[in-house]
Amino acid sequence: MTTVQPQDIAAGPPLLEVDDLRVEFDTYGGSVKAVRGVSFSVAAGKTLAIVGESGCGKSVTVQTLMGLTPMPPGRITSGRARLRGVDILGRTEIGGREIRGREIGMIFQDPMTSLNPTMTIGRQIAETLEVHRGWSRKRALDRAVELLDMARIPEAAQRANQYPFEFSGGMLQRAMIAVAIACEPAILIADEPTTALDVTIQAQVLDLLSDLQRDIGTAIILITHDLGVVARMADDVVVMYAGQVAEQGSVEDVFYRSAHPYMLGLRAAMPSNSSDRRHRLLPIEGSPPDLFSPPTGCAYAARCPHAMRICSTTDPGAFSLGGGHTARCWLHGDKAPRVPQLAYAGAAPGLKA
Amino acid sequence: MTAAPPLVVADKLTKYFQLSGGRQIHAVDQVTLTVHEKEVVGLVGESGSGKSTLGKTLIGLHPRTSGTASYRGEALPQRYQPEDFRRWAKKTQMIFQDPYSSLNPRMTVGEIVGEGLKLHSTCSATEIRDRAGDWLKRVGLEPDHMSRYPHEFSGGQRQRIGIARALILEPEFVVCDEPISALDVSVQAQVVNLLDELKTSMGLTLLFIAHDLSMVRYVSDRMAVMYLGVIVEIGPASDVFFSPKHPYTEILVASNPEPDPLRERHRRSETIAGEIPSPVDVPAGCRFSGRCPRVMDVCRSVTPQLLPLADATDRQVACHLFAT
Ligand SMILES: Nc1ncnc2c1ncn2[C@@H]1O[C@H](COP(=O)(O)OP(=O)(O)OP(=O)(O)O)[C@@H](O)[C@H]1O
Ligand SMILES: Nc1ncnc2c1ncn2[C@@H]1O[C@H](COP(=O)(O)OP(=O)(O)OP(=O)(O)O)[C@@H](O)[C@H]1O
Ligand code: SF4
Ligand code: SF4
Ligand SMILES: [Mg+2]
Ligand SMILES: [Mg+2]
Repeated sequence: MTTVQPQDIAAGPPLLEVDDLRVEFDTYGGSVKAVRGVSFSVAAGKTLAIVGESGCGKSVTVQTLMGLTPMPPGRITSGRARLRGVDILGRTEIGGREIRGREIGMIFQDPMTSLNPTMTIGRQIAETLEVHRGWSRKRALDRAVELLDMARIPEAAQRANQYPFEFSGGMLQRAMIAVAIACEPAILIADEPTTALDVTIQAQVLDLLSDLQRDIGTAIILITHDLGVVARMADDVVVMYAGQVAEQGSVEDVFYRSAHPYMLGLRAAMPSNSSDRRHRLLPIEGSPPDLFSPPTGCAYAARCPHAMRICSTTDPGAFSLGGGHTARCWLHGDKAPRVPQLAYAGAAPGLKA
Repeated sequence: MTAAPPLVVADKLTKYFQLSGGRQIHAVDQVTLTVHEKEVVGLVGESGSGKSTLGKTLIGLHPRTSGTASYRGEALPQRYQPEDFRRWAKKTQMIFQDPYSSLNPRMTVGEIVGEGLKLHSTCSATEIRDRAGDWLKRVGLEPDHMSRYPHEFSGGQRQRIGIARALILEPEFVVCDEPISALDVSVQAQVVNLLDELKTSMGLTLLFIAHDLSMVRYVSDRMAVMYLGVIVEIGPASDVFFSPKHPYTEILVASNPEPDPLRERHRRSETIAGEIPSPVDVPAGCRFSGRCPRVMDVCRSVTPQLLPLADATDRQVACHLFAT
């Protein structure tokens, strides 16, 4: 199997390296191949966005890193995830530090899934610090107020004594960020953190994430299907389709030099604000494949306007376009016709990664 | 604008929800809005600003607290009786946000799509089946999907079922309440194009509620912006989007992220200070005054009216900065 290790030019060795991760779920209907060989890396202090259609395996990928995928029915059938070189799959701590909460913090779409409705917000943050860092009650509570203040909760000292139901949706989301960063984790995973929020509150939450990243140097893995949010936040992007990485690279490469027909399809489906209103949106027809029995060839073949005969029989694997930019598509093979909208590796024929 | 009488007119339309202790939520407060025939009016604004309530009140799903509403010049009842629903359901319909919870899981797709005809027409059972099958085809599904249940369909397909259900009575005015928010980007375009095509072929008039400003601009002729129960700005969609006037609209537009990394990186972020005031204790004067970066003394005591701009009379703004 081909594995891809995008090299981050600016940063040193990656903080987190996920290599050929595969996760299945056993159900009465058969096994769902939810994650099918996903590889990516995250550099310290950078933001990696994971995008893709509903059901393509974004949440399962990150939940598996955090040890949150229920097993059974879930099963990791292969792969490694190295945090500073140490494999964390199946472990709950490394070197006496808990992975969940301490090394990796997590923010969910619905704040109530991670906040306790019967405990004040301040106590919840303080408790994390008491448990993970062994701080005293007083010290932890003082820090909780500071964190709420960093999360731009007005009158943080009073607010710390309130319960989740007394907060608005946007404030709850910010409070959850305060909980997630309490232990200054090396990585913050945010799974659709703003999908339920309107654009002004979304902007507040995204700004807060960027500021915290600058202040405490956390790397962020951001899951979203909003390409606007990706453009605003990401350094690097992983585009997933049917449990695989269809394309990955720097945000500039993926947006301005898209190399996979699925990414081209996503861009054509969105209205553009610079162009005239009456250019028609081009939807991607059809729906993603059945993950009980994924196709043997390219997963996108049934919907792809450029599909060739080989696409339905043989998996393309990832082609490298240079600079960590890869695309899982036969169009980068040397016998493929050229598609004008697609970006290729230099002028040379595609190289297998 | 044409000289034809407007299709829908709301005048000082108000909807309060009663809370215990005599307090009330000012969900929609004295909104005046005109929708012309075959026009698409986009409605945007902060969560909780009253967009859904305005849409529902316009088509009688909520009784009005005060104000009037009319359809082709005919006054609409303040509170709908069953016969009013029978009569107006043929002209006004609603498409809901959530394609998952808005379809009854125990009904077949054929029953869901045909339900309106069963309730509001004298069609025979076979006629209803035929029409439902036709509509499924029209929204890009197969007539033999009729005997299946909603859970067998994807989000985009379910939203098409919701559209077929709303349109089978061939209404003239449809309130689309976030019809694409729950869908993937790849599917949103399918639904938008379908609405666009039906708008042309049926001559539909739409009130299109959404959070995605780029999509609202794409779909709409005019765009209205709500804040805390009132319309603060309305005008041609591209004008409002590209040169917003009201300070709240400015921030709203500036908050809308675009799929363009270079542009996003260089754009200064303008977030609103403070939290949304409670719709129970609405601030005196301008409702945005507590958070407005350009607030003046007058703003805290005098309520600005929605008035045409001096240099662009097709645009209206409720802000003292533009008072002439
Ligand atoms: N506990 C489970 N049992 C069986 N199948 C599961 C389970 N959890 C997830 N799956 C399946 O795994 C696949 C990937 O799901 P996942 O939640 O990762 O998608 P996603 O990309 O996060 O989608 P969304 O954008 O809708 O959140 C889906 O087909 C889903 O049905
Ligand atoms: N049936 C109801 N009973 C009581 N209060 C309600 C009801 N429906 C809406 N409200 C309140 O009225 C206000 C306006 O709500 P509405 O749902 O119209 O907002 P919206 O602009 O559609 O928001 P969103 O973008 O989140 O859908 C809110 O404060 C809401 O809590
Ligand atoms: S491999 Fe073939 S089907 Fe798949 S994306 Fe490329 S051209 Fe399309
Ligand atoms: S009326 Fe005053 S407070 Fe209100 S938006 Fe205009 S300038 Fe701001
Ligand atoms: Mg998910
Ligand atoms: Mg609403």
